[in-house]
Amino acid sequence: MSRALAPLILIAIVTALWQGVVQVLRVPSYILPAPSSIVAALGQDAPLLVRSAWRTLATALLALGLAAVFAGVLALIVSLNPILDRAIRPLAVTLQVTPVIAIAPLFVIWAGVEHPGRAVIALAAIVAFFPIFSGLARGLASADPDLERLFDLYGARPLQRLARLRLPSATPFLVEGCKVASGLAIIGAVVAEFVAGSGGEQGLAWRILEAGNRLETAKMFAAILVLALMAASVNAAFVWLERRALVWYRGR
Amino acid sequence: MTLVRLEGAEVIYPGRGVVLGPIDLALSAGEAVAIVGASGSGKSTALRLLAGLEPPSRGAVERNLGPGETSVVFQAPTLAPWMSTLANVALPLTLAGVPRASAQGRALAALDRVGLASVAASRPAQLSGGMAMRAALARALVTRPRAMLLDEPFAALDEITRRDLADDLLRLWAETGAAMVFVTHNVEEAVYMGARVLVLSRGPGRIAVEAATPTGLPRSAGFRATPEFRSAAEAVSAALKQASEAA
Repeated sequence: MSRALAPLILIAIVTALWQGVVQVLRVPSYILPAPSSIVAALGQDAPLLVRSAWRTLATALLALGLAAVFAGVLALIVSLNPILDRAIRPLAVTLQVTPVIAIAPLFVIWAGVEHPGRAVIALAAIVAFFPIFSGLARGLASADPDLERLFDLYGARPLQRLARLRLPSATPFLVEGCKVASGLAIIGAVVAEFVAGSGGEQGLAWRILEAGNRLETAKMFAAILVLALMAASVNAAFVWLERRALVWYRGR
Repeated sequence: MTLVRLEGAEVIYPGRGVVLGPIDLALSAGEAVAIVGASGSGKSTALRLLAGLEPPSRGAVERNLGPGETSVVFQAPTLAPWMSTLANVALPLTLAGVPRASAQGRALAALDRVGLASVAASRPAQLSGGMAMRAALARALVTRPRAMLLDEPFAALDEITRRDLADDLLRLWAETGAAMVFVTHNVEEAVYMGARVLVLSRGPGRIAVEAATPTGLPRSAGFRATPEFRSAAEAVSAALKQASEAA
């Protein structure tokens, strides 16, 4: 009870202070709008914000799916071939540590002016790729060594070892990787939307940009709030999924 | 008949030097051998040599055992958490291509022998430590092996469970007629489980002493309290102390 209540109380206190300070000091609304005007903007823009949020969410989830497919295939290849592992891994790490915002303009050029959405999906997928790839690659290599010895003892063929030992052993790592990747996919999608920055790509980032350009700060806050709530919900969904997957995996 | 013979077998690991040997050891059909040694004496390495899981760096290992005729039990139960207990026990059979239905039937029979038929559908995480080790024993029995190699299988269990399992294991050993190699760091357990006890010295592990134990396997109730058991245990203990200090 108190665990759910504590953050709500904190939010209430901060909001009340915020409202009070803005009213007493007469802060201009384009610098810091009162919580009440943010709520008003939220109500006014609700349909548009929901549409944009769905756009960004769909992009992120599509990117997550693409990343999972590519990361899965590559992790499997790498787990079967140590030479390829040594060849691919440094490239994957380099791609991962390069800030996505730096390579975003390239992708926008490649995707072409008419298809900024493709660039956004590709960039979000690149960001989501690494945790799934590294999680699965690590999981495939981390089966219990004594179970590996049992598979040796009973003459398991390579395919049997993969399907009945390494893939199941990797499942918790894969689920964890997808959870981390889901958060990164949203970040990647929003960053890419910012860089694409055209009216053609109507995600939440565009709502923030548009409101910012017009100094409608309350609308910016409203869009940011929707974005934060969306990301938190996706994270909560994956935390729940992970817990369910582990229960299924371990049987308790 | 000799099932496995080690002749001047040595194991050398890069960076660690000689960890085991040279040792000579012959395992005859149906016998019970205990290997006792301090940690770092290469006991597990010796077991892996016997199992054919590792080749010797020098010397020879001769194994007269076909596929599925060797089974190994490790210190941890080593059950796959994502499979039911039954599927875990059936694993050696299904890997060998035995049809699912008959593999499951034999696995259920093996579980029944260790008193676990009622938890066949449970996952390993739902079993107690002793039950999980019983399931591992069932998995080791399911292929009807001629040699069972056990690497400190009861080390993580409490004393009561350990004693129960020791008696169960000796009963199963007598019923199946398989040869058994029981590796342990516990002198009393070694004397209890083996008709003969090999004492390993440390760094590199070599057979320092071979001792016969009081006859009568499986052990009768109250065997641990007999003077014969006590004196055998003291003798092996003294030999182990000497072997560990000599290094």
